Amino acid sequence: MISSDISTVLPEIVLAVFAMGALMFAVYTGKDKTAPMILWLTAMVLAGIGIWVAISGNGSRVAFGGAFVDDAFSRYAKVIILLSASAILLMSQDYMTKRGLMLFEFPILVALAVVGMMMMVSAGDLMALYMGLELQSLSLYVVAALRRDSVKSTEAGLKYFVLGALSSGLLLYGASLTYGFAGTTLFSGIITTVEAGHVPLGMLFGLVFIAAGLAFKVSAAPFHMWTPDVYEGSPTPVTAFFATAPKIAAMGLFARVLYDAFGNAVADWSQILAFLSVASMFLGAVAAIGQRNIKRLMAYSSIAHMGFALMGLASGTVFGVQAMLVYMAIYVTMNIGTFAFILSMEKDGQPVTDIDSLNMYSKHDPLRAVAMMVLLFSLAGVPPLVGFFGKYYVLLAAVQAGMSWLAIAGVVASVIGAFYYLRIVYFMYFGEEGDMLDKAKSPILWGFLMASAAIMVVGVVNLFGIEGFAAAAAETLVR
Amino acid sequence: MEDLLREYLPILVFLGLAVGLGVVLILAAVILAVRNPDPEKVSAYECGFNAFDDARMKFDVRFYLVAILFIIFDLEIAFLFPWAVAFKDVGLVGFWSMIVFLGVLTIGFAYEWKKGALEWE
Amino acid sequence: MTLTAFAFYVFAITVVTSGLFVVVSKNPVHSVLWLILSFLSSAGLFVLLGAEFVAMLLVIVYVGAVAVLFLFVVMMLDVDFAELKAEMAKYVPLALLIGVVLLMQLGMVLGTWTSSEAAMDLRGAVAPAIEGTHNTAALGRLIYDDYIYLFQAAGLILLVAMIGAIVLTLRHRPNIKRQNVMAQMHRDPAKAMELKDMKPGQGL
Repeated sequence: MISSDISTVLPEIVLAVFAMGALMFAVYTGKDKTAPMILWLTAMVLAGIGIWVAISGNGSRVAFGGAFVDDAFSRYAKVIILLSASAILLMSQDYMTKRGLMLFEFPILVALAVVGMMMMVSAGDLMALYMGLELQSLSLYVVAALRRDSVKSTEAGLKYFVLGALSSGLLLYGASLTYGFAGTTLFSGIITTVEAGHVPLGMLFGLVFIAAGLAFKVSAAPFHMWTPDVYEGSPTPVTAFFATAPKIAAMGLFARVLYDAFGNAVADWSQILAFLSVASMFLGAVAAIGQRNIKRLMAYSSIAHMGFALMGLASGTVFGVQAMLVYMAIYVTMNIGTFAFILSMEKDGQPVTDIDSLNMYSKHDPLRAVAMMVLLFSLAGVPPLVGFFGKYYVLLAAVQAGMSWLAIAGVVASVIGAFYYLRIVYFMYFGEEGDMLDKAKSPILWGFLMASAAIMVVGVVNLFGIEGFAAAAAETLVR
Repeated sequence: MEDLLREYLPILVFLGLAVGLGVVLILAAVILAVRNPDPEKVSAYECGFNAFDDARMKFDVRFYLVAILFIIFDLEIAFLFPWAVAFKDVGLVGFWSMIVFLGVLTIGFAYEWKKGALEWE
Repeated sequence: MTLTAFAFYVFAITVVTSGLFVVVSKNPVHSVLWLILSFLSSAGLFVLLGAEFVAMLLVIVYVGAVAVLFLFVVMMLDVDFAELKAEMAKYVPLALLIGVVLLMQLGMVLGTWTSSEAAMDLRGAVAPAIEGTHNTAALGRLIYDDYIYLFQAAGLILLVAMIGAIVLTLRHRPNIKRQNVMAQMHRDPAKAMELKDMKPGQGL
């Protein structure tokens, strides 16, 4: 029994053992001198495990008495988490080395955070959920404060920590109420105790508290307060990491809890999610208009995007989950490209995050300007780019589930949100002549930017077949 | 259940006694003692000078590091207690699970040692 | 009222009151001391529930270690807490409002609390029979075998905590003489000292 359990969690074990081995290797040899090597190695291992998870598994398996679930849904989320984390690590090397932040602990903490995320999307038990969440969060708090001599970075770490602890508290409180009602922490047990359509008050409170705790983690309004400050204060590669892998993990966990444990109470949580979705979309769209700092702007952008992804979940159908999964994959790809551009924004060797510095960027470097323009159009959801299809799917899911008002709100928010993306494009092409940024040199960042932009254009043909995987994943989750 | 609680009765009595005695002594001081405070008497005494500054001062962050590392190993030891008590029942899986757990924390220990976190200066 | 019920009320009232004082006391050091009292009383409550091990854990880990760490932190921060409190006072009405709303909601939950009919069976399916087993031993049978996955995850979390604490707080000061045990042990006495034959009346 234990050997089959271990073979089910083998990807997680391999990654954790690799992280510990790398830690020992680095600390007993060159310490921070080995950091670039460890970083590359970690990125390779993450990508390797991602490919392994993608091609190896089929069917659904549970391990450890149901605490760990390995199915198409968790594999889909894990592949995106692993590949995006790998990409972000590769992108971060240049920036971290220049700012003297190239600690060998950084890639190791990222690897351990990824272990936590994999545990999150595979959780089949409230306790396993919490353990995965804490493993992920604890690593993220540390990397947020990595630049410990900077007030902003430590502030980011501290804010993230305090609010993260608060949200964990809410989540635990909800979990304890749920346990008090159901008498078990297993999702498969909880779902049997809820009769369809009739949720007792105690259970409902448990559900609401769990949803609030998870909304903190996906940074959905009105639990978004930490996001702009943390995005702005953290070192930019860490911000890029925050915007990608943890979001998928939290979204995946959200979907898993809602369907696996509370699948009989769809009508109850669907309202909560619809509210979160509307609030996030509008807050993200409106609050970003005043931002001049591109990292803060990306924070509000991610809040708005989470709103759209939550719209897919709120519809409570198989197609809704599929739309959410497709949306998240597209969102991550766009963000990797956009952050590859932000990471290369430098003036005299110092990182620049002011939007004004992009004035007339198109004359300076036309190719990159075009790539960034494509990405921004895609983020705004302008047809015919891939970003539009992501939005189209979630809107369609909402309409099909009879939530047309939600879809209309989404369209309105998306139009408002388009303004600030297009403003950057305006700056790049028609802005005033000003000081120019340095010529971007890093070939890795160039590669990721171009690849991401190319995907946004080429992907419109068939979205690289990702819909099929997402549909299979959604099928296993929604029964 | 009742038996278990009866075992704790002496502790409860002891607690009651301790609290009672403490309250009585403090109350006795309040009621019986002669008190006529004046500003000189109640001011902080610092070798005859007026107090130079606040008694609170910043602790070096290294104290914090030592304390948090202590907590981590404290928790590790807390996990050892039930293992030791149920050692005969845990079986092979339980035995190796604890060895792996200790191994993970030993890696952490080796890391902190090599990193110099245990050196004071 | 039985002695158990009496003890329960004493501990419960102490937990709530000391919790209140943690929040309202002016001096943060006093807050920590009140916190210790509330930890101790919760340990008492756990004993009344028969969860001895958790009770002792609360005393060892929370009172023994966490509270000490809190004291360190409170002393380490050279913050004017009076000023901080004054700023906090602005938000008191809002906080009170949220608190009251939450309290009312909790009251609602308590008033209509029901457990699922299957809850007792589901609970019993996991836990070993309590009768005849020591509380700590019963936990021991569960943690390392049935919950091995969570147990190892806890180990990883502790590892991350260790790495994080060191990454964020350890500063290596340069220009300080450190002890190098190996170098000291492998030092050759013959090389450390040189004997010179001095002739009278001559310098070296």
